[in-house]
Amino acid sequence: MNNIVLKIILSFIGVTLLQVLVCSNINFMGHINPFVYVIFILLYPVINNRLLFIFLSFLLGYTIDIFLDSGGVHAAASVTIAYIRPLFLKFSFGAAYDYQSIKFSNTDFSRRLIYFLLLIVIHHLIVFSLVIFDKTKTVLILQQALHSSIFTLILCLLFNSLFSKKEA
Amino acid sequence: MQQLFNFFIKNKTFVLFLLLLSCALSLTIQSHEYHRSKFLNSSNQITGSIYGTYNGITQYFNLKKENQILLEENKRMKMTVFSQENAVPIDTLLEYKYELYSSLVYKNSYALPNNYLTLNKGQIDHIEEDYGVITSKGIVGIVDQTSKNYSRVLSILNTNSRINVKLKKTNYFGILSWDGKSPEITQLKDIQDLVKLSIGDTIVTSGYSSTFPPNMPVGTIDSYRLNDTEDLYIIDVKLFNDMKNLEHVYIIKNTDINELKALNISDE
Repeated sequence: MNNIVLKIILSFIGVTLLQVLVCSNINFMGHINPFVYVIFILLYPVINNRLLFIFLSFLLGYTIDIFLDSGGVHAAASVTIAYIRPLFLKFSFGAAYDYQSIKFSNTDFSRRLIYFLLLIVIHHLIVFSLVIFDKTKTVLILQQALHSSIFTLILCLLFNSLFSKKEA
Repeated sequence: MQQLFNFFIKNKTFVLFLLLLSCALSLTIQSHEYHRSKFLNSSNQITGSIYGTYNGITQYFNLKKENQILLEENKRMKMTVFSQENAVPIDTLLEYKYELYSSLVYKNSYALPNNYLTLNKGQIDHIEEDYGVITSKGIVGIVDQTSKNYSRVLSILNTNSRINVKLKKTNYFGILSWDGKSPEITQLKDIQDLVKLSIGDTIVTSGYSSTFPPNMPVGTIDSYRLNDTEDLYIIDVKLFNDMKNLEHVYIIKNTDINELKALNISDE
C-alpha cells in the first residue's frame, strides 16, 4: 500500500517538474506546447478513493497554474476530466472496467488510444477556451486545442509505453 | 435537515467536484482582470527557487550570445559618452531621475494570450509594483507583483497590457496593446486618421506615465489600417525586442514615482 502512495507522490512531483521546466518551453512552431501532466490523471489507479483522486487532480492543475501564471485554468480542466474519467473508462474498456481489473499496460493499444484521445481533447478544449475566454475566437480555440492535443497524445503514449512494466 | 445531509453524503463526489470547479473558475476569472490576481503566482518562494535552479543550469547555453549583446550595448554607451561634448563627470552624489537594476529572467512565456515573466529581484532589492522593465533593445513590460526575492512582470505580450507610446517623428501618442496573436507584433491604437504614417517609422515611449522614461525604443511600424469607424488607425508594431529570448533585463525605478503618485491622487 505504501508503495503505491509513494509512487503517486513521486509521479505528482515528477509530472509537475516535467511540465513546467520542459514541456511548457518547447513552443513547437511558435506556440504549440503539450500538457503532458494529464498523464497523471489518465493513469491514476482505477481502484481509488474518488474524493481523493478529484482533489489530487485539482491540486495538480492548480500547481501547474501557479507555475505558469494562468489563474485557475488547468485546475478547472483537470478536475473536470478527473470527475468524468469513470465514464470514459467504461466506454473505452467496457467489461474489463466493470470487474475493476484494468491494468493500463495490459489493455489493447487501440482502446488505450481512444481513452487517451477523448480525455486529452476534453481537457485541452477546456484549457484553451478558458485561456482565450473570447467567444469571437472560437476557431482559434479549436485550432490551438487540436494542435496541442495531438502533441500531448503522442507524448503521453510514448511515456506510457516507456514507463509501463512489461508483463513478459 | 437530515435529508439535506443525506443528499450531500450521497452526492459527495459531485459536490466536491462542483466546489473545486467553481474555485478554479473564480481564480481564472480573477486572473483575466488586470491587477486582480492577488493569489499565488510564480513570484512566490517555492516556484521562484525552482525556476532559479533551472535557470542556473540553462543560462550557460546562452552565454555566448548574451555576451555579444552586452558588448554591443557597452559599445553604444561608450560612443554616446565619448561623443558628448561637455561630458558629464561621474559623480556618486549626482542625482539620477531614473535608477536601473539589472535582473535575470527566470521564466518567460509568449505563446499564451496573457504572458508573464518572473525575475530574480524582489522587495529585498527595493523593487515595487509599476516599475518598468526593459532590455538594451526595447521595453519588456511592467512589474505587477513582488515577493521577497522575486517579482512578476506583466509582459507587453499580455492582452491586459496598456503602454503609452508615441510616434518618434510626429509626437502623436497612442496606447500600445496586444491582440494575442504573434509574439513579434503588437498593436498601437488611438492614432487619428489625419496623422501621416509610413512603414518603418519608429515608435518610442511617450514618458507620460511614470513607468518608462520618454523616448525608450519600442518598435517600428509594420503595417497599418483604419478601424471599423474609420477615424482611428490600428498600427501593427514590430518590436525591437525578441520577446522569445530574454535573459538579462533592467528594471527602471523612477525616483519621483511617489511624488507623481501623490499628485495624481490629489487630482482625483
